[in-house]
Amino acid sequence: MACAVTNQRKAVNTLIAWAVGLLIFFPILWTILTSFKTEAQAISDPPVFLFFDWTLENYAVVQERSDYLRYLINSVIIAGGSTILGTLIAIPAAWSMAFVPSKRTKDILLWMLSTKMLPAVGVLYPIYLLFIQLGLLDSRFGMVIVLMLINLPIIVWMLYTYFREIPGEILEAARMDGANLRNEILYVLTPMAVPGIASTILLNFILAWNEAFWTLNLTAAQAAPLTAFIASYSSPEGLFYAKLSAASTMAIAPILILGWFSQKQLVRGLTFGAVK
Amino acid sequence: MKLTPILIGACSAMAISFAAQAQTLTIATVNNGDMIRMQGYTDQFTAETGIAVEWVTLEENVLRQRVTTDISTNGGQFDIMTIGMYETPIWGANGWLVPLDDLSEEYDAADILPAMAGGLSHDGTLYAAPFYGESSMIMYRTDLMEQAGLEMPDAPTWDFIKQAAAAMTDRDADINGICLRGKAGWGEGGAFITAMSNSFGARWFDENWRPQFDTEEWANTLNFFVEMMTESGPPGYATNGFNENLSLFQQGKCGMWIDATVAASFVTNPADSTVADSVGFALAPDNGLGKRANWLWAWALAIPAGTDDVDGAKQFIEWATSKDYIEMVAENEGWANVPPGARISLYENPDYQAVPFAEMTLESILTADPNNPTVDPVPYVGVQFAAIPEFAGIATQVSQEFSAVYAGQQSVEEALAKAQAIATEEMEAAGYM
Repeated sequence: MACAVTNQRKAVNTLIAWAVGLLIFFPILWTILTSFKTEAQAISDPPVFLFFDWTLENYAVVQERSDYLRYLINSVIIAGGSTILGTLIAIPAAWSMAFVPSKRTKDILLWMLSTKMLPAVGVLYPIYLLFIQLGLLDSRFGMVIVLMLINLPIIVWMLYTYFREIPGEILEAARMDGANLRNEILYVLTPMAVPGIASTILLNFILAWNEAFWTLNLTAAQAAPLTAFIASYSSPEGLFYAKLSAASTMAIAPILILGWFSQKQLVRGLTFGAVK
Repeated sequence: MKLTPILIGACSAMAISFAAQAQTLTIATVNNGDMIRMQGYTDQFTAETGIAVEWVTLEENVLRQRVTTDISTNGGQFDIMTIGMYETPIWGANGWLVPLDDLSEEYDAADILPAMAGGLSHDGTLYAAPFYGESSMIMYRTDLMEQAGLEMPDAPTWDFIKQAAAAMTDRDADINGICLRGKAGWGEGGAFITAMSNSFGARWFDENWRPQFDTEEWANTLNFFVEMMTESGPPGYATNGFNENLSLFQQGKCGMWIDATVAASFVTNPADSTVADSVGFALAPDNGLGKRANWLWAWALAIPAGTDDVDGAKQFIEWATSKDYIEMVAENEGWANVPPGARISLYENPDYQAVPFAEMTLESILTADPNNPTVDPVPYVGVQFAAIPEFAGIATQVSQEFSAVYAGQQSVEEALAKAQAIATEEMEAAGYM
């Protein structure tokens, strides 16, 4: 009897999980479906769901009008570069906060997080002027620096949380065996925190990939990533929803595929230390 | 250390920037049909001049923020910017734009429609060349009008429109007599209600820059709009803008739609519109006070003062806004697809006169006067806006208050009182009063 109740509860939970999952995924699914419709079908009322004449025309138009590959390469370099650079800076920072904390560590962590509380537009002009002076406007290097700085507090916080789960005694043992600081971090700490580091990298890569304020405001023709590619298909005077959906699908496809293949690592990392 | 070569490679890739071509223009533009079409012909320009072109296409509001940031900081990111009638006189006065007073004789600047040239100038100097211009007019279903037993005059009054809207409304068949913009935003619902208020004798500011929302004319405007839309408009019209109404009209759910003349080519295109063969056009309504409810707008090409290639930029502007460009588009895509509303010669062309909406578009443009937009005198230029830097901020807030009325969240009196307070505070803070 108890087993039957458990199974029933499991079934209900599964059903709820699927329903919530589908609800969250539905806008993306709708975007993908719309990308295969004609513009007239895209705005039809009542909306058509699956039974329409599927067409690849929107993809052909988008491909013809825009240099998708250039936007994609920019996205990979900007998101990848900022994540790698941020992680390289954050690992030693999180190590020191987790294993050799000072009485100000908590305050520093809070201060770092507080930099995320200011609306981005509030510092647009100072950053823009700084970029003009440094010649970084519309450069991929400039975007890597900006996105790295924006995401650094989150990377440090996440790594700090993961590192706190690792017993300090293990690092102490390594030191007693003669490991210097570099070897301690590289060969002892990092391998033990791989799930946490991997999920931090993945999450920040996704955040950097989707960042749309700075990437739209600090780039023009050369360093524009896929967020600018999507924005170029949004029009207040004209119904181009099918083309906009095709552009959006092309922009999110790489990150969806990456997320799909790394979901185990991602979930493992995000739940790391959650259950004792 | 397998990571080392990867990191070195990544850092190198980041440091590498694209080497600029011998002469490349970077142009910021909006994602509107005519602009996208122009991008398709860019190779032609490059072949003729040897100048390459890089496009930065953005949504209108994003573009506005992007180019404003760049030009106000002298960022120099763009050689040409697509801007409208609102920005041009303000930026021209600030010295942010290169004057276009030395365009070639072959270009024939005198052929630009006077209303457009006037709205894109400051102190008589042209600062942006119109790529396409638009006004607003009535687009209506000829079949529904006939069924209602009415005949649309070429120049109807608001009373007729209200009466016709009620007669055409059929809630059971999901047909709304009239579809109008109610969406918040100075360029959305704000633009429509401002143009409408002109025909009711209202104005934004008096000659001393005092806001006028506490006047009877504004109360009449808003009350009339709300009454008519409640009776004959679509449900949820408070969130409808251009695209939402275009979608409704194309699906046969609107009897009438008063909006940008550029929409005429969309609603008469059988590929997208289910009512393409039964659309008629008329001038925007009036109230017998001498001003109609139509606006005037142009998307124009301007050269920011920060560019280092003024000559190349002027060459492109002359090419894109020339008579030859219009003829090239007509030859390849038909006269209905040429950029409208910019040149006198286009409307003298018999081929273009055969396009069903050409005449009404021209008449609408000609009846809008940005230098004399209202019944009573005003100190500002602009039909559906006042060309002062503070207007966008004030009008956005005011239109939000109006949209709250459309959504049934407050009364007309409350909204107008708030609008008066908002505008007064901002104008005082800016030193106008």
